Amino acid sequence: MISKAQRILFFSMLLAAVVMAAVLIRLREGAEDRLHGVQGLAQVVEPAGVPPTPVTLLIPNDADNSLAESQRSLPLPQDDSARARVLLETLLETFHDPKSTHPIGGAGTARGGDSVPGAGKTHAPDLDAVFLMPVPQAAGQPSAGKMAVVNFSAAFAQSHPSGIEPETLTLLAVIGTLHDNLPAITQVRFLVDGRQQETLAGHADLTRTYLAGETVPAGGQ
Amino acid sequence: MRWIDGRWTEAALCSFLSLAMLLLLPATGNAQQTPPAAPVLPVPPTPSIPAPANPNVAPRFLVVVDAAHGGNDTGARITDRLLEKDITLSLAMRLRSMLSAHGIGVVTTRDSDTNPSPTDRAETANHMPAAACILIHATATGSGVHLYTSSLAPTPLTRFLPWQTAQSAYVTQSLKLSSEFDSALAHAEIPVSLGRTFLQPMDSLTCPAVAVEVAPLAAGATTKATPLTDTAYQRSILDALTAAIDEWRTDWRQQP
Repeated sequence: MISKAQRILFFSMLLAAVVMAAVLIRLREGAEDRLHGVQGLAQVVEPAGVPPTPVTLLIPNDADNSLAESQRSLPLPQDDSARARVLLETLLETFHDPKSTHPIGGAGTARGGDSVPGAGKTHAPDLDAVFLMPVPQAAGQPSAGKMAVVNFSAAFAQSHPSGIEPETLTLLAVIGTLHDNLPAITQVRFLVDGRQQETLAGHADLTRTYLAGETVPAGGQ
Repeated sequence: MRWIDGRWTEAALCSFLSLAMLLLLPATGNAQQTPPAAPVLPVPPTPSIPAPANPNVAPRFLVVVDAAHGGNDTGARITDRLLEKDITLSLAMRLRSMLSAHGIGVVTTRDSDTNPSPTDRAETANHMPAAACILIHATATGSGVHLYTSSLAPTPLTRFLPWQTAQSAYVTQSLKLSSEFDSALAHAEIPVSLGRTFLQPMDSLTCPAVAVEVAPLAAGATTKATPLTDTAYQRSILDALTAAIDEWRTDWRQQP
């Protein structure tokens, strides 16, 4: 037989468990709503009535393993994450230009065995998202800037030329462009299709945190 | 058997409560997660490896040659018929023969169409006190030879080195070795570009390490367009690498 006290205890705990579950489910829904809100902000459309802002893009050149500064004027949103996304979308779009010095999506350059769908046609988005977050610091330490998490699309990684040079130049161009225009960004991490991947296209290590200004190509001779 | 009934009922209650808590735990974890916008990136384990001891006697001059990719990992597609894994293996085998002909001991990380993991490759190289580690890569992009050393910041050599960043203690020597390659290739009138990158297994190697990425020759003021398959072009690159390693042998013996 179960005593009355035990029954009361059991039903109290059961009730508490149900209430906790309900609260936690609601918290999760709230977190999802906030995420969708951020993603909604990050859906970049050209902001109306915003004057163009001068920006600097670092354009890679495969021929001499260099990065060249290119000045542009872009209407940028206010939100830093959205600004970073606009910058990178503009940068990556230059790689699809037929006259690009760092072409992506051309035939015969991607990883072996992979075909490059739609080469030369309208391409899939290169970027899934860019998120900024504070660089983790020990308690009491001053802020060390922000970390940008750049989430490339799977199509971008698949069509990216394979090789140490092209992959490194892409990463350096992304890091440099972000840091030049948003100096608060001091660290960058890369994901592909929302997941950590070992390399971009078989070479450049994507498992590390890249420090802005850490690596620069020395150029050709 | 009232006692037995009571024990069984209590046991059932405990089991039910445990089950309820177990079911709730995942929900708790999900609810407390930051949104996927800020993914918690896993921190790779960083085991330590002992640094090779400085031998008291004159060590044998050994070179590790790593033919990148292999097996299912085909690497870049150089042409419709040529994969990076095949050309790196071919170049590595020929470089081994040429170095051996110069009396230099060579250890390769693969001799056939296999794909050792980066950890296995690094273990092979770190197992011995190698005087130089050459990682052979190939690409269809760019022109000439791309020489890459690790982006890791130099650190002093210590008794134990973190696996992921072991190369940091050898970066200074790696840059010197890269300079030797650069000079030899320039002497052979092959365009060279220098760079630094994060690359596995290079970052885990406890030896002066340079990634040598071979690209076709683009037409230029002093060069004519030459495919990677050109045997004379390949030969000139391998000759230059061999000459550089020969020079490195002298420099290496003079290092403290």
